[in-house]
Amino acid sequence: MTVRTLAARAAGSLAQWALPLAIIAVWQAAASAGLLSTRVLPAPSAVLAAGWRLTLNGELLQNMWVSTWRALVGFVIGGGIGFAFGLANGLSDRSEKVFDSTLQMVRNIPHLALIPLVILWFGIDETAKIFLVALGVFFPVYINTQHGIRSVDPQLIEMGRIYGMTPWDLFWRVLLPGALPSVFVGVRFALGIMWLTLIVAETIAASSGIGYMAMQAREFLLVDVVVLSILIYALLGKLADSAARVLERLCLGWHPAFQKP
Amino acid sequence: MSIATGVLTLNRTDAAFAPAAPATERRPHGLAIAIDGLGKSFGDNRVLDGIDLAIPAGQFVAIVGRSGSGKSTLLRLLLGLETPSAGGFSFRDGERRIDNPRAARVMFQEPRLLPWARVLANVEVGLGADRKSPDARRRALDALRAVDLEEKRGVWPATLSGGQKQRVALARALVSNPRILALDEPLGALDALTRITMQRLLERVWRDQQFTALLVTHDVAEAVTLADRVVLIENGRIALDLAIDLPRPRERGSAAVAALEGRILRELFKGAEAGAP
Repeated sequence: MTVRTLAARAAGSLAQWALPLAIIAVWQAAASAGLLSTRVLPAPSAVLAAGWRLTLNGELLQNMWVSTWRALVGFVIGGGIGFAFGLANGLSDRSEKVFDSTLQMVRNIPHLALIPLVILWFGIDETAKIFLVALGVFFPVYINTQHGIRSVDPQLIEMGRIYGMTPWDLFWRVLLPGALPSVFVGVRFALGIMWLTLIVAETIAASSGIGYMAMQAREFLLVDVVVLSILIYALLGKLADSAARVLERLCLGWHPAFQKP
Repeated sequence: MSIATGVLTLNRTDAAFAPAAPATERRPHGLAIAIDGLGKSFGDNRVLDGIDLAIPAGQFVAIVGRSGSGKSTLLRLLLGLETPSAGGFSFRDGERRIDNPRAARVMFQEPRLLPWARVLANVEVGLGADRKSPDARRRALDALRAVDLEEKRGVWPATLSGGQKQRVALARALVSNPRILALDEPLGALDALTRITMQRLLERVWRDQQFTALLVTHDVAEAVTLADRVVLIENGRIALDLAIDLPRPRERGSAAVAALEGRILRELFKGAEAGAP
């Protein structure tokens, strides 16, 4: 790799940050000039100061950790079950006949509509939030895994059979790799739903986490902390999506869409 | 190498193939195929009806016919991809009958390479259960070398041209050293120039490895250029069984090739007019 291509690549990754940085600069300038009331929107410097204050007393990291933990546990449970059902219903017609229409019915209930019921069931402790996240994450992973398995080229499956692949070989070498691009679409979708669900759940019923921190701050009119919470959600969401993209790039190196020109 | 053709009885199988290069008299590597009253129906639609065909070991047979004549179905039956509705077939090694052989390999019109496996791994797929044996890699490399693609062993199939993909598919079919190679319109999707190169390559590996070759094609010129024998299937029956007794390598477009091509085409058109509703 030459210096020039490195420089070009660095410029490319800088370019995606140019717009957010410009927005923050305008925001700061407007706040400093007194155009924005601190009651409405505090300056970025004030948000940063709030962040620093909460970092020092440990509150911020504690709440971030709690939220991330809930998100990941819910994602692993819901995504895992969704992936398993997607595989089963993609591979077996019988399994699809038994489960698919029921799952499709449940899918059509907005999972956030279950919040009152979930609070009645689980109270406001961890189980309620993890349950909601898992439920929200389940469907995109399920649908895309099933679709991925079903859309593997039947000619490749026939080729595998002719060349003496065992059902095990056929699954690991043909069906699963063929379904993977679609599974990743489901995972990235699910990550978005994961944070969305968690924000709503933490805002309504929680005693810790970023959403709780925001609601507490609202009680005391700490607008800077509210804005900070929202920005942290954005940051965590972006981080999760980037991680999924890196994983996708690693797993789908063969895919023409991921090959460097 | 010239091959005596038109030998239809199994007893004379061994005499039918005379390898020119090795001086020692050895049995050809390919298997003989005996097809006996083979028929296939899909519902009321009778696709193949009482096919009798004796193919000596090592022969290169081209099966031609119009679309829907049943020629691909014949190949799929022989590969065990369909079950016969009537009759049957057997593979023979000399006098010995071989049931359910792992001997037959197939190459399709589409390369059917695994996009997520590199070229060498795709060739190793052809080894089947032998894929985990210690010399699998060496054998796969040998097969890639035989189709002149050794330098592409580490790339993804998506980066190859159509002709290169089809050569990888050929290497995958050849790597297990098959005794029967079935070719289902393998060159149908290639451009004219690549086709001719591939035809030469096919002829070369067939002469080197001495398997029995079954080529299904709609290209009569290709059939006459490559095969020892052309079988024309029309409405599920054998309409013509013609020995191509021309010296190899044959030149596409030469007078002798053109004459035989003309004869087969006339037969095809005759059948088309007779069979028209």
